Amino acid sequence: MLLFLEQLLNGLQLGVFLFLVAAGLTLIFGIMGLINLAHGSLYMIGAFAAATVTNWTGSFLVGLLAALPITAAVGMAIEFVVMRRLYDRDHLDQVLATFGLILFFNELIAMIWGRPPLFMTVPDILNGTVEIIPGIPYPIYRVVIIGVGVLVALVLYGVIARTRVGMLIRAGSTHREMVGALGVNIRVLYTLLFGFGAIFAGLAGAMAGPLMSVQVGMGEGILILAFVVIVIGGIGSVRGALVGALLVGVVDTMGRAFLPTLLKTMLPPAEADGIGAGLSSMAIYLLMAVVLVWKPRGLFPAHG
Amino acid sequence: MKMRTWMAGLAVAALTAGVAFGSAQAADTVKIGMVTTLSTGAGYLGQDVRDGFMLAVTEEGGKLGGIPVEVLVEDDGRKPGTGKQITERFLKRDKVEIVTGVIFSNISPVVAPLTLKAGAFYISPNSGPSNFAGKQCDKNYFAVAWQNDTLHEAAGQNAKNLGYTEAFILAPNYQAGKDALTGFKRYFKGKIVGEVYTKLGQTDYAAEIAKIRDANPQMVFHFLPGGMGINFLKQYVQAGLKDKIPLVLAAPSMDYKIMNAVGDMALGIHNSSHWNHDLDNPANKAFLAGFEKAYGRVPTVYASQGYDTAKLIASALAATGGKVMADPDAFRAALEKADFASVRGPFKFGANHHPIHRWYSRVVEKGADGKLVNKTTGVIMEDHQDAYVGECKM
Repeated sequence: MLLFLEQLLNGLQLGVFLFLVAAGLTLIFGIMGLINLAHGSLYMIGAFAAATVTNWTGSFLVGLLAALPITAAVGMAIEFVVMRRLYDRDHLDQVLATFGLILFFNELIAMIWGRPPLFMTVPDILNGTVEIIPGIPYPIYRVVIIGVGVLVALVLYGVIARTRVGMLIRAGSTHREMVGALGVNIRVLYTLLFGFGAIFAGLAGAMAGPLMSVQVGMGEGILILAFVVIVIGGIGSVRGALVGALLVGVVDTMGRAFLPTLLKTMLPPAEADGIGAGLSSMAIYLLMAVVLVWKPRGLFPAHG
Repeated sequence: MKMRTWMAGLAVAALTAGVAFGSAQAADTVKIGMVTTLSTGAGYLGQDVRDGFMLAVTEEGGKLGGIPVEVLVEDDGRKPGTGKQITERFLKRDKVEIVTGVIFSNISPVVAPLTLKAGAFYISPNSGPSNFAGKQCDKNYFAVAWQNDTLHEAAGQNAKNLGYTEAFILAPNYQAGKDALTGFKRYFKGKIVGEVYTKLGQTDYAAEIAKIRDANPQMVFHFLPGGMGINFLKQYVQAGLKDKIPLVLAAPSMDYKIMNAVGDMALGIHNSSHWNHDLDNPANKAFLAGFEKAYGRVPTVYASQGYDTAKLIASALAATGGKVMADPDAFRAALEKADFASVRGPFKFGANHHPIHRWYSRVVEKGADGKLVNKTTGVIMEDHQDAYVGECKM
């Protein structure tokens, strides 16, 4: 029972982390109508920036804070140079162009930092464990990730639902020409929005650094999961991204944790191991298929 | 007039002869094709194999065993398709006689058969999948580094020597992962309290770590190469388990690039290898000094394997006077002798052209300069040979 609770907590924590990655993606996808495969590259840049600054200054917090403006700047530069030309093109062109960006950034990072993974760690106070569930020591750093994820969800909700900028963003997503006609500089708004999305990717990357290997191509695996999350949640919906991320996190973790054991009660151990491992890595895609059959536009479609 | 034409014809003939003579000279240069992995996250493996190999060539001023060599290097990007294209080009257009360089076991099943079919020699500096050591062994196929399983057999024996009687083991759900766990179990012989297969390229290991905590084994063995192993170690340390349930690993999980990425988290981790920086033999000392002078960095185990591969080729070229495909039987016999000083100490080939050599136990410590080093603590197995040699009918 304790193990079940611990795995549930692990699943929720993975979900919150996936939300961090998916939030920026769903904003850009849903509001700007842009498929941005380079989101994983921004995540990687965030991690490299955070690792480098952390190693220079010796402070994880400084590294984390430095990563945000850096990824925002890179994001806005991408929007200015590449994305602007893609708003009126179809999704295939966007996929091709942003896939090109992935290759470009992977090579660029390899040229600057090299291919071996970078060192990154957190201060000792975050390196310990805390007993949230009695008897189960839980890494403090993972608790911090949960905290940051909840904070991001609140900030996003606040900005989009409660502020004037959020109102313009929502209006711009559905009635782009009308907002422009009313005197709002929609180009600048989109550049800022793209930078805003990039910040979330950078934040997720910086937060991932102490937990994962900081290396070239680290964004690609995460990107696929993030797409699964936003497809399940409903493209463009921040609420959908949160629910989708938690669902994916819990299903993935529970699948890995209990499927092989469950199968062993029915099958010989060797087969159960193989089938269990296969099934648990498929679990989230099965989840996605089921959700799409039930609700073809995802759980919380953004526009009617 | 007629005379002049005749003279001109003579001149042309002389020139042609000169060119033909020149190309005959060039043919004495032995061409070696290196299909290796220089890009992707694992690109440093191929870079180090290449640099180790080229160090041996440069030491002799562009020769191996006194024979001029031309080494062509191409990046396979860890993709079998790309490896195939490069190999075909090497064999057909460039007429290479020796193919080497392959890092990964998903590339060798493509590159090796092509090379062997063309009658050229395949000499692996890294990858050693089980099929080529057993049923599919070939007279012109040589593996210098190891047979894949032996890496993990050494880890299993090391764990046993360290006194552990129960272990929790995990690896990614693909062939090399399954082979690794089989290899470990073959020599560990203790109780396996948990055996888990993870996703290839997995980033989050919280679920597996919770299982390990729940099973509470004496030790953990994993084969999570590259970034996966770094992800696991970072999360394992943060979960506070490293000091309670120690890790015993194989060589690819603890090279110095990985140690740089995880820092002090690596301290005290037991691992095993067929080579180490601190091995006390003249060949190794010369190799270390030469490598650091030429490239300004510390070599990884992959560089040592590239260097050994070049030295092996040099010994055979010297014995046959540069004849490779011109006299394949002589070249093969020379390779089989392995008449060179390996940087890893005693080295010879088994009947299936895979190494019989020593495995060393190591532990990660802090050196005098504060940097992490792998310190050799002893010999795990003497003259260790792979388990597939019996299946090889050559």
